[in-house]
Amino acid sequence: MQRDLLGLRQLEAKDMELILDTAEACKQLFNRPVRKVPTLRGKVVVNLFYEPSTRTRTSFEMAGKWLSADVVNITVAASSVVKGESLKDTARTVQALGADMVVIRHQASGVPHLLARTVDAAIINAGDGTNEHPTQGLLDIFTIRQHLGQVAGKRVLIVGDILHSRVARSNIWGLTKLGAAVMVCGPPTLIPVGLEKLGVTVVENLDEVLPLADVVNVLRIQLERQKAGMFPTLREYTRRWGITGERLALMRPDALLMHPGPANLGVEISEEATLDRRSVIREQVTNGVAVRMAVLYLLSGGERHELAD
Amino acid sequence: MTDQRRLTFKAEIMDKAAIRRALIRIAHEVLESGRGGTDIAFVGIRTRGVPLARRLAGFVAEIEGIQCPVGILDITLYRDDLTTIAQQPVVHKTEIPFDVTGKTIVLVDDVLYTGRTVRAALDALIDHGRPGRIRLAVLVDRGHRELPIRADFVGKNVPTSRQEVIEVRLAEVDGEERVVIRELG
Repeated sequence: MQRDLLGLRQLEAKDMELILDTAEACKQLFNRPVRKVPTLRGKVVVNLFYEPSTRTRTSFEMAGKWLSADVVNITVAASSVVKGESLKDTARTVQALGADMVVIRHQASGVPHLLARTVDAAIINAGDGTNEHPTQGLLDIFTIRQHLGQVAGKRVLIVGDILHSRVARSNIWGLTKLGAAVMVCGPPTLIPVGLEKLGVTVVENLDEVLPLADVVNVLRIQLERQKAGMFPTLREYTRRWGITGERLALMRPDALLMHPGPANLGVEISEEATLDRRSVIREQVTNGVAVRMAVLYLLSGGERHELAD
Repeated sequence: MTDQRRLTFKAEIMDKAAIRRALIRIAHEVLESGRGGTDIAFVGIRTRGVPLARRLAGFVAEIEGIQCPVGILDITLYRDDLTTIAQQPVVHKTEIPFDVTGKTIVLVDDVLYTGRTVRAALDALIDHGRPGRIRLAVLVDRGHRELPIRADFVGKNVPTSRQEVIEVRLAEVDGEERVVIRELG
């Protein structure tokens, strides 16, 4: 196992499998009267968030607490201009707090990598710019594996803004490594050039591929992208790429419908679709805690944290 | 847990027949100590406690004609030695498909040594509910306890030195049936 979790791009398939297997065992703890286990007693996990996030931060916080770690949340005001120096300052503070692990979210790509070179604590990327969101990728893969038995050979369709999506990027790196066939579909302005080089199939007509997909993962459309002129109107977006009642009918009866949340209901996905029996959106939230527990547990070991023994 | 030093064979202390006799005796003792066995459940500690727990339940069924539930306990997340080893050990599933509350739980492991595994197992078990009683059954007790823990049912007491390793080999896991002592050297 590596010392940090910076992205699924860097993660070997066998380590990904180890995280997923560990997450299965962690998920079982949810059914017990006492969900907490003592394994990370005495460890300090710092949630360092430079971007607002309730879901991911809460998910990491619960994961840490259920493993008996002490979890500290540091939310840095989104308005403050964060320069390289102040990031290093924060890193030193985190170090001084005695953090064993730092969960970081930042609007700039590559910040977790910079931090990993600066501090001794294990770094977990909780979303960096448009680069990666590895624990979201892992929880999506975990959800697919739980429902479909395996990931290899499955056809996964990712719909929406691929260009700006760190969720899409982590899914693509992880899924292709585990042998899934990944297809993407969205406004041509929001599909990065050269995506095929990653082994991804870019499809133009959503309705043609929906019946083929084992998994349909719908991305959140960031409303400011419309203002930037990346697609004409929200209504136009919904008409061409939104998962609506009619499109539900095109999906296979045994397909999975996923969304990383929070959804813009009526834009990229209809409320009806989120409530469909094929929707596993709520389960993704629960699985997120299990996967993050697995990551915290697996990264908490290692000689690097041995102060004295 | 795994030692890179060489282990040399010293003696075989139990063969297939001896393991079977010991388990049948323990099954009888478990029944004698309880209230006819109706509230008994066996919980095996991974890895080799699991087949032993299944066998004990099987012998109890033969002797008394009652089916006792069997569970599997993984104690990895309760270990107290995680800061002293480099790699985090793999966590496996715990499978206790019954309510432990009020039951007489017979914890089963292959070897009782320092007592730390049993300490972890007791904590893990209690987080599943509130058993009426917890008993401990082991195939081999080799001494050298570091905690105030003792077994209620013992297949064989084997005085050992700390340089020695007790190796329990079971058909379900290892494809053979015997218990041997090896020596580090």
